[in-house]
Formats: sequence, structure tokens, C-alpha cells
Amino acid sequence: MNIVVNGEQRGFEGVGDLAALVVALGLDQRKVAIERNLEIVPRSAYLTTAIAEGDRIEIVHFIGGG
Amino acid sequence: MNAHTLPDDSWTVAGRTFRSRLIVGTGKYKDYATNAAAAEAAGAEIVTVAVRRVNLSDPSQPMLVDYVKPDRFTFLPNTAGCFTGEDAMRTLRLAREAGGWTLVKLEVLSDPKTLYPDMEETLRALKLLVAEGFDVMVYCSDDPVYARKLEDAGAVAIMPLGAPIGSGLGIQNKVNLRIIVEQAKVPVLVDAGVGTASDATVGMELGCDAILMNTAIAEAKDPIRMARAMKHAVIAGREAYLAGRMQRRLYADPSSPLGGLI
Repeated sequence: MNIVVNGEQRGFEGVGDLAALVVALGLDQRKVAIERNLEIVPRSAYLTTAIAEGDRIEIVHFIGGG
Repeated sequence: MNAHTLPDDSWTVAGRTFRSRLIVGTGKYKDYATNAAAAEAAGAEIVTVAVRRVNLSDPSQPMLVDYVKPDRFTFLPNTAGCFTGEDAMRTLRLAREAGGWTLVKLEVLSDPKTLYPDMEETLRALKLLVAEGFDVMVYCSDDPVYARKLEDAGAVAIMPLGAPIGSGLGIQNKVNLRIIVEQAKVPVLVDAGVGTASDATVGMELGCDAILMNTAIAEAKDPIRMARAMKHAVIAGREAYLAGRMQRRLYADPSSPLGGLI
């Protein structure tokens, strides 16, 4: 399955939902926020949010800024 | 008796009360450890943070929250780099989801060279954010008319620039800042322009409630020492403002009595 994560085309096998995607990317879900096709997904819904071919996912976190 | 003990002089924004009147940014530091040490040295209770894409190629790289901890500092997510109201809205909705906070800093920029705020877009975005329940501190121009419009639209703090972001030019607009301070019923903060300690003092002497700075500390040769200097500068300016300065005179007025001269 091909999806776009943070602007990059990526292929994933066996990753069905956002919770699995976060794990597959090596991220800590407590430290990120996720948008799927421009809709924010609450952290509590990662397990129940399925990923589909062609989805555009944005995963952000806090970094230093003024 | 310790004559240097400050009386309780807190300030409140959106129902949250703080003792420190110095908000520091977390950008431009050589590493997050220095950043955390500078924030501690500044005595800051609030730090601004940015929202960006995670690094997918190296998820193990250091993360801000591991050094500057959200249980120690109030995180104030910003919209730096946003040039439209929609970008700002999207960024702050993500920030709210990432951190769970509604207190945010709105900045909608116009010209990349000056990083001057686009006030028309800023006001439009502010109204949308307020309608969604955000508590919005607003980076703005030093125009007292716009400052009033922001306040009327529900801004919880007015944050005019003292000089362009990252310029370190010091406070260039004392008259406008003072007018904004006098008319505002919400906190007024100088956001941007401070270069060194005396600039922070000037801002506080004008009656501002707090100062927000980043580059002046981050780009100092010794950021931790400069953070400490800024802490003292803000306290000095605040105390001087509360003390009430003497009247200016054109000519000298001797400090030693003239009576009893030999």
C-alpha cells in the first residue's frame, strides 16, 4: 500500500491503521499529532482509523521556535 | 530583612497566573540542552514552541520535549512561518491535538524580509480561533488601532513587535507601545526586537506586562549568562515602572543641600 507521509511517497505492508503506522515509523504516539487527508485524528482514535491507498498523512511534533 | 525581596507581582493571561515576566523562545540554540539551561536561567515559566513535521528518516534524533519539559514550562505553540490564516489555523489545531493546550501564539506573516505581521489575515484568523475555543496571544504590529481591534475580537494578549523578528535592534516604537499599553485591558507583551538587556528593561519601563524573546538569548556568545541578564533586566524594568520614574528637567538640580555651605 502506498501512502504519502509528510510529503514523501512511502510503501507499507501490513500496516492497517494509524497506531500501526506510528509504530512502523518508530515514533512515540504521545509526542505527535496526526492529520489524515487534512482531518486531524485524535490520539484516542489511532487504533480505529484505517489507512487507505493514497492517503496523505501529516505527522507533526513540537520543535524549538520563537 | 531582605530589602531585595520582590512583592508578589504576578500577571494573568487567559486565567493562568505567572510570576515570571519573561517568555523565551526555543529556536536557534545549538542544542536542546543549552536551550533548557537558558530557559531555566531566564526564570521563564512559558516557552514558545513551533509545530513541524517529524523527521521520518531519523526518528531517534533528540526531541524538544525530552529537554524542555512540558510539565516544567507552559508550552505556547506558535504559527511561525505561516503566511495565511488557514495555515495558522491548521498549525494550531495540530498543536492543540499534540499538546492538549488551548493557549497559543498567533502570528501570520507577510513579507519574508521583514517578517512583519499581516494584520488583516491575523485579525481574520484570530476570530476563527476564538470561535473554536482557543486562547490566543497575538503577535502584531504596533498600530494602536489594530491592537484595539484584536482585543475586541477576543485576543487574550496583545504582542506588538519592538523591531523586526530576530533583528536585535531594540525597541524602536516607544510611543506606540505606550499608547497600546494605556488602552489595553489585556496583557501587552513586547514580542520581537529585543537585542540586549537594556532593551528588555525599556519595554518593561513602558508598562508592558512581559517580554517575549528568542534570538537575543540564543545568539548571545553565552546564552545562559544572557538569559540570566534578561531575567534581571525584566525585573529591573518592572520595578522601575512600578516605582514611578522622576520627572525630567532641562537643567540641573543639586542633590546635596545648598544650605549650610561653608
